Amino acid sequence: MAEQDWKQQKRPFAAVSLTPLFWTLLFFVIPMAFVWFYSFGRNVGLTDIDIVGTLDNYKRATEWLYLSIFLKSLAVAALVTLICLIVGFPVAMAITFASEKWRPWLLLGIMLPFWTNLLIRTYALMIVMGQQGYANKGLEALWGGASWLKTLVGLQPMETWEPLPLLYNNFAVVVGLVYVHLPFMVLPLYSALDRLDKSLIEASLDLGAGHLKTLFKVVVPLAAPGIIAGVMITLIPALGAYLTPDLMGGTDSQMIANVIERQFKRANDWPFGAALSFLLIYAMFALIALQGMRKKTGEVK
Amino acid sequence: MALFARTPRAPLEYAKSLWMRGWVLAVMLFLYLPLFVLMAFSFNDSKRNVVWRGFTTKYYAKAWENDQLWDAMLNSLTIAGLATVFSLIIGSMAAVMLWRFRFPLKSAVDGTMSLPIIVPEICLGVAFLVFFSWIGWPSGLPWPFNLTAIVIAHITFCFPFVTMVVRARLATFNREQEEAAKDLGAGEWQAFRDVLVPHIKPALVSGALLAFTLSLDDFVITFFTSTPGTDTFPVLVYSLVKRGVTPDINAASTILIILTVLLTAVALKFQGVKALADAH
Repeated sequence: MAEQDWKQQKRPFAAVSLTPLFWTLLFFVIPMAFVWFYSFGRNVGLTDIDIVGTLDNYKRATEWLYLSIFLKSLAVAALVTLICLIVGFPVAMAITFASEKWRPWLLLGIMLPFWTNLLIRTYALMIVMGQQGYANKGLEALWGGASWLKTLVGLQPMETWEPLPLLYNNFAVVVGLVYVHLPFMVLPLYSALDRLDKSLIEASLDLGAGHLKTLFKVVVPLAAPGIIAGVMITLIPALGAYLTPDLMGGTDSQMIANVIERQFKRANDWPFGAALSFLLIYAMFALIALQGMRKKTGEVK
Repeated sequence: MALFARTPRAPLEYAKSLWMRGWVLAVMLFLYLPLFVLMAFSFNDSKRNVVWRGFTTKYYAKAWENDQLWDAMLNSLTIAGLATVFSLIIGSMAAVMLWRFRFPLKSAVDGTMSLPIIVPEICLGVAFLVFFSWIGWPSGLPWPFNLTAIVIAHITFCFPFVTMVVRARLATFNREQEEAAKDLGAGEWQAFRDVLVPHIKPALVSGALLAFTLSLDDFVITFFTSTPGTDTFPVLVYSLVKRGVTPDINAASTILIILTVLLTAVALKFQGVKALADAH
């Protein structure tokens, strides 16, 4: 049924609309507007900010130091998304084709970490990846096994195992982000694959295509909306990630969110931080616009 | 092992192929092993999470007596509870508004209201920091009023999710039911309460769960809006992890993980495991 015109139903309209509109305006639009105005300001003294309409903050943001952090954040987020996609796709396939009995439990297995506190999960991963954590111990055991195998066939044993610095570097940030975002990728993939008409896959197999060819020529194109949704839902939060690089990264693995935080806390340069956060928001908009464009060209086809 | 049994399979039984099972198993191990290690170490008789030195429950006793931890938990639950209630009200109102009415600038309003979902947490956190410091929000109020700023921030990023869920449910509502109620003499409010609300009830439940989880889980936005004495559980854990490992966190985290699992089990008992698979 068609929507009603608000003028004919003024009182019910007012009853449901005033609170959300007021809330959004006061606690979302106005705070964001503050940040936007601050990004054109400069520090006067310690605490005062003068909004002078300068573009200096944006100019400073395009200096190589900050631009490189921006590009690096984008690269890290893209890598994390790619790994999540490669790791998550078979999982989503397995859930889709699992038996009725297993499917809900597998789904639950993917969703449960999502409900577990993010900080607890990050901290747990840090324990495992520490200098003497189980990841290192496992690798050491593998190394020892390989060394033993080599002596078995009469070769020199390998050197003694040095614990790998798994934590506090870029590698840790990527692993941490994959750990946190994997469920976000699997769920949309699953819901796209689940809706897919299975007989199309059967048809492709019957007509002589192999499993891999069927996967890339039939399954992937049909599941494209889910893949794009999964990519966006992983890429966007990964790009703005603060916690993982802060806790698991080293001195050289800060991402854009960490730089923004520093401007607002230690460096106390709010106008510059404001400019950086708006650049991050514009980057998100660009990503979403890109996706929107893709969708449109897809429809035209 | 039955898991790896090789039985002939139909072409589409991908889930039966060996490498697929191995892959899923590896992913599950990746997701769960760290949590199990954390839980195991909470019983470890050592200050460091490195070697096993025997079983102890002393860190649970320590965590139990840790006032800081209790305060943080209480703050987290209070904030999440308040944020859920208000998000539910505001979010459903917004959903009904966007679903039922045609009004000027509708698409702009719609877009703006869903923006908090997309805008990075860090930017939202910064915006609240700037906003509350600009209006000179008083700090050091007595509990629970010192949590107001955080609750406001949480409502702002939670209610769009409630709107999203409720709106999806409203799309399946047959408006003739409402018309019928009105023809039979129900007023606007009565029709809303007795016809529309019962229809969207499942969405209200899942919206509430979503808002509660999001609020309880949030670190970044809380970090930027917190003042002394308003530490939530994630903020406390963050500061402890930054300072170095303390085994109390292991114990508290273990309890929280078990609570999460129990709550999930309760929710599943009411909704059924099957509902999970159908929810998508």
